[in-house]
Amino acid sequence: MQLTFSIYRYNPDVDDAPHMQDYTLEVEEGQDMMVLDALLALKEQDPTLSFRRSCREGVCGSDGVNMNGKNGLACITPLSALGGGKIVVRPLPGLPVVRDLVVDMTQFYTQYEKIKPFLINDAKQPPAREHLQSPEERAKLDGLYECILCACCSTSCPSFWWNPDKFVGPAGLLHAYRFLIDSRDTATDERLGDLDDAFSVFRCHSIMNCVSVCPKGLNPTKAIGQIKSMLLQRAM
Amino acid sequence: MVTNQAGIKRNGIQDYVTLRATALIILAFTLYMTYVFVCHSFSSYEEWKAVFSSVYMKAFTFAALVSILMHVRIGMWQVLTDYVKPPRLRMILQYVLNLIAFSYVAVGLFVLWGV
Repeated sequence: MQLTFSIYRYNPDVDDAPHMQDYTLEVEEGQDMMVLDALLALKEQDPTLSFRRSCREGVCGSDGVNMNGKNGLACITPLSALGGGKIVVRPLPGLPVVRDLVVDMTQFYTQYEKIKPFLINDAKQPPAREHLQSPEERAKLDGLYECILCACCSTSCPSFWWNPDKFVGPAGLLHAYRFLIDSRDTATDERLGDLDDAFSVFRCHSIMNCVSVCPKGLNPTKAIGQIKSMLLQRAM
Repeated sequence: MVTNQAGIKRNGIQDYVTLRATALIILAFTLYMTYVFVCHSFSSYEEWKAVFSSVYMKAFTFAALVSILMHVRIGMWQVLTDYVKPPRLRMILQYVLNLIAFSYVAVGLFVLWGV
């Protein structure tokens, strides 16, 4: 069986403009493989093809790409899930391309940095060993802490495309909510104050592209809705 | 983070609440007008005029017009800050669109006054 790929190519040192390049790959009849495995096989054909990958099992979040128009992790997306016909692979949309499928994620990390993604606890006397949580308090973090920062959600969000310097984006806001509801964190008001403007949170119009593409099955839209409610309660 | 100045003094929470509050009034007016059109067959201008002659209907219509003005003002600011990046062009477009939205309210007010 012969599979056809159309892959986004751009090497700023050589190319004037990006272009799509076609590749074919021989695969045994009835055999399925992950997109990352196909990309690795294509890289053997053409060693100039560039992309990021590391753990190859959906844990590190390095190989986020756009496959047939939908963002996802190449390492856990089977070719069979992309339907028949030509498979189009592009870099994550909205971020500057460094080379081929490799994007510059500075804007994404800058927004992540803004939400102070670490526990803040200003207790005068910290506990001798650790900050304890009840099972109920710990359960509130489920569905939030699992984010691997692959940027699939933020780069599928039009609000992030148009305002990557002002809108925190779904990934950043999911993490923001993770710390806002953490019983061990004492900087809730400070965190909400940092998000209280017209862009950081309220640019989310709940179109739920983030939910549709998240490879970990998380729900950033729900978390953003909770932050909006907290901001509203704080203002009243 | 992003200051009020960068957002041209727009307040996220206020805009969020205003958009939803005005949307409710616009929806209520739309539903009521749909009911009026479906359940009444107007044979003359007098019958049509009678619908708007009560002070309650005038107040409801005026509230709907003002709601549209506020909804448009916030909504268009959001759309323009997404798609129009040159600040001067954006300000001009915002000014023109706000003027048009205000004109609708002003004309609507005169029409209501005349009924």
